[in-house]
Amino acid sequence: MKAIMDSFETHSSNIAGIQPHPFWVMVRKEIAGHIRSWRFIVLLLLIVLTFWGATSVAMSNIREVVSKASDADDLFLYLKILTTTEGTLPPFHVFLNFLGPLLGISLGFDAINSEQQNGTLTRIMAQPVYRDNLLLSKFVSSLILVGALLITLVLLMIGGGIIITGVLIEAEEVLRILSFTIICMVYVGFWLWLSILLSICFKQASTSALTAIGIWLFFTVFYQIIINLVAKAFAPGANELSPIEILHYNGLILNLLRLAPSQLYTDATTTLLMPSVRSLGPVTMEQMAGAIPSPLPFKESLMIVWPQVSGLIAATVMCFALSYYLFMRREIRS
Amino acid sequence: MDNQIIKLRSLTKCYGSFRAVNELDLTINKGEIFGLLGPNGAGKTTTILMMMGLTEPTYGTAHVCGFNATKDPISVKRHVGYMPDSVGFYDNMTALENLMYIGELNGIPLSEVEGRALDAMRTVGLVGDVVHKKAAAYSRGMKQRLGLAEVLIKQPKVIILDEPTLGIDPSGVREFLSLIFQLSREKGLTVLLSSHHLYQVQQVCDRVGIFVKGELLVEGNLNTLSDRVFAEKSYEVQVTLQNEVDLPWIDEQEILQWESVQKASVEGHVIEISSSKDVTPDIVRFFVEKGYDVTGVQKKEYGLEEIYQKYFESNLMENISQ
Repeated sequence: MKAIMDSFETHSSNIAGIQPHPFWVMVRKEIAGHIRSWRFIVLLLLIVLTFWGATSVAMSNIREVVSKASDADDLFLYLKILTTTEGTLPPFHVFLNFLGPLLGISLGFDAINSEQQNGTLTRIMAQPVYRDNLLLSKFVSSLILVGALLITLVLLMIGGGIIITGVLIEAEEVLRILSFTIICMVYVGFWLWLSILLSICFKQASTSALTAIGIWLFFTVFYQIIINLVAKAFAPGANELSPIEILHYNGLILNLLRLAPSQLYTDATTTLLMPSVRSLGPVTMEQMAGAIPSPLPFKESLMIVWPQVSGLIAATVMCFALSYYLFMRREIRS
Repeated sequence: MDNQIIKLRSLTKCYGSFRAVNELDLTINKGEIFGLLGPNGAGKTTTILMMMGLTEPTYGTAHVCGFNATKDPISVKRHVGYMPDSVGFYDNMTALENLMYIGELNGIPLSEVEGRALDAMRTVGLVGDVVHKKAAAYSRGMKQRLGLAEVLIKQPKVIILDEPTLGIDPSGVREFLSLIFQLSREKGLTVLLSSHHLYQVQQVCDRVGIFVKGELLVEGNLNTLSDRVFAEKSYEVQVTLQNEVDLPWIDEQEILQWESVQKASVEGHVIEISSSKDVTPDIVRFFVEKGYDVTGVQKKEYGLEEIYQKYFESNLMENISQ
């Protein structure tokens, strides 16, 4: 921790004399504040433990999985390390499905209202800085931390994998793992903006934290249950429907489920980490006819998840726009 | 005129149907210390927020240092130092770090910022170990000083202080106000301070404005204020006698027949006489001739307290009658 702080300080003394933009001054202060906070240390431990647990389970099973692989083409060792599980512990990307929101919420839920409570918001806003710079600096600083954390973990995993197995990583795996990391960041970014938005809406940090956790719980637990219930109640019996209609209903339910950001994230990461996934919806026999049972190239996987990624980015931008709208013309009173 | 550094023109802020600030016109000249005086909820803070561009007026304009505070708040903030009524600092940073952060946000180059922060802290009397203490360990009075240092680090032309004396002890208040006075005179700063403590404002302000329910009732220096407010009874003489006066006072009719005397009242040893002219020598002569044993004569002058009281009382009465 001390070393990180020192590196910040030496960095800033290197560029002494040059006047940094107020935005980067704010980002630097935010990052310093996060790194020193207990909250971040707890989160760091949580994520590192999860990663270590998931990867070590995968590592112990990797021999079995590799020996089962029928085709050499099918073997993506490092993707397997990320996705293999024996059933006791879910793989890392599934873990991140619910740890990511926690990360985003806990880094952002008190972004604005705690400053308001402490009386620092008025002081900062009385300085010649633009208001959106404050919002953006909160977001960018947290995202830099999350990004650094995830990239470090993934690089550690690759490095450890090379040492343990002695198998060199392929370029496609690097691309897939990198884009997986980026999607994770987008996913965390969405929850981060959502919690910043809530921190603007609510004066009390605890209210905004609770609301954010409520939204997260709703989407992870209740949303699917509700959609399934509604679908059961409204869908006519399976016997009365033609296959085309069943397909149509299935698509509708899947699309409704995709309104939840966690579903988008799951779709996107599964496709990227498992090259054999070729479609996210039901596939008819006609469509399967002529398909070669081999892993998809990286570009094709990316094409499949592109709508999901755009959806996540769109939701993030929406939260940003809303918080911008709420914050820009608001009265700043302590 | 170039001399007018703050110009407010029919500035109005409504919250729903409630008018917090109503058609405020105010001009403050360069180098002046202006005291905005009023009870809680009079709209002082709202006015200040509009001047800083921290909230938008419903209509009307606020020009500070020649910039429109609503349309160009950044330029205003570059020249104006603002200290809110409850100053807060980042508790996990030291006082110096807090100050340097603000300095950097104001675009002070990194090579200079530490020196300037230390200078500002020295000016407000924060020296030695306290500089490197965490802001959380600061007392209210020290926080106030740190707040002033933060205002000074950007080398402003105008300082706006919202309730700067709130919650500090009396000796601290005196020190703080004399510091503000000294700074204003040394550096030619314009100071606008809001308060509901009249004595404090009286001590340092060149001009005051009394602000009640969103309206500026009167403004001017102390003399013009008392002239205007107490036009009908400008002088009051209090004569203290050795012996208690019997009621009814036998000489009352005689003194009331004087042209300028408006009222005489007796209470124990003390006789109070109000007049439109200064007739103190005549009154003393009168008492001596009548053979009273005068132990003290006091000419009452109207300070801010009375002025303030008068407005607040009438304000209170209105509130009750509503």
